[in-house]
Amino acid sequence: MRILISIGLAALCATAALAQHIDNARGPVPVMEEHTPPPLQNPDNSDVRRQRAYAMQPPIIPHKIEGYQTDRNANRCMMCHARTRTEQSQAPMISVSHFTDRDGNFLAELSPRRYFCLQCHVPQVPVKPLVENRYIDVETMLRRGGSASTLPGKE
Amino acid sequence: MIRLLKRYWLVIRRPSVHYSLGFLTVGGFIGGVLFWGGFNTALEATNTEAFCIGCHEMHDNVYRELQPTIHFSNRSGVRATCPDCHVPHRWTAKIARKMQASKEVWGKIFGTVDTPEKFENMRLALAMNEWRRLKANNSLECRNCHDFQSMDFTRQSPRAQTAHSTSLASGERTCIDCHIGIAHRLPDLSDAHSLAEKHGGPHVLPALVGGTPMEEPQRQE
Repeated sequence: MRILISIGLAALCATAALAQHIDNARGPVPVMEEHTPPPLQNPDNSDVRRQRAYAMQPPIIPHKIEGYQTDRNANRCMMCHARTRTEQSQAPMISVSHFTDRDGNFLAELSPRRYFCLQCHVPQVPVKPLVENRYIDVETMLRRGGSASTLPGKE
Repeated sequence: MIRLLKRYWLVIRRPSVHYSLGFLTVGGFIGGVLFWGGFNTALEATNTEAFCIGCHEMHDNVYRELQPTIHFSNRSGVRATCPDCHVPHRWTAKIARKMQASKEVWGKIFGTVDTPEKFENMRLALAMNEWRRLKANNSLECRNCHDFQSMDFTRQSPRAQTAHSTSLASGERTCIDCHIGIAHRLPDLSDAHSLAEKHGGPHVLPALVGGTPMEEPQRQE
């Protein structure tokens, strides 16, 4: 009986400890409770190019892509961003890096390994970040002198 | 042959012996109303979504594909059903389309697209049928709801504003030139050009897959 009670108590404590643990991505809701997700937001549709966070960053998609088909039949993105379509669409052409295969050979059109655009390029939704972003642009870093002691976490 | 026709002509010309003029006119009128009412009811019955998706070919392929799109699930609860886009609304054009549809009955009987594989093989030809029709009638079925005159450009995204106020306004391009694959999945487009040539040239293809404008641009007033 005593053992049972102690097991029960331990279980209670464990649940309490679990309830205390809060995951930022999940919000302030205990793990064992159902969470009501926030309403979906409309993605950015402004068509304004954004600054890249670093030189090699795949540019983000500044427009809605709902229902865009990318499969073996058709690639909706390439109907505007392909080399042959850009004059009509005035969309930026896919970068020249997208024409090379993995051995560095230049192909006539989009390399198959680059076919699935959303593997790198994503649309943006105006929501509050769930966790604090401590990313520092390299320009800012250079201006500060680049010492590790100036990182916000170490101040 | 001529003698046979002559005999029938005489029968039709001869006045009625047993029936009164009143019976024939009133009876003819009532019969006409019943016939026309029945014909129209039957025609309208074939013009419903329930009728279209009564066959598994439509229910399991195109209807499934329609469901996640904006014309089926949206915030305002307005829905475009199959005949809204695929059957002309004007009576003569509707009857013409219904006559063409007899070929679809043939397809149903002989199972032209009765498996997903067969449907996938026919997809480009089927899409070309619709593209050709919408290019030729200046996207009439789109415009039955989406009126160019009623579009508020200030409520559109910059891209949409640009496209609609230039190519669409000048009549150089029509809705289907850009808005392809919005209600159903796109076919394999690698072969579209050769098929377009077979169906009358690049002007039957939408602009997004390399089509050229129709030979006579249809101007929007």
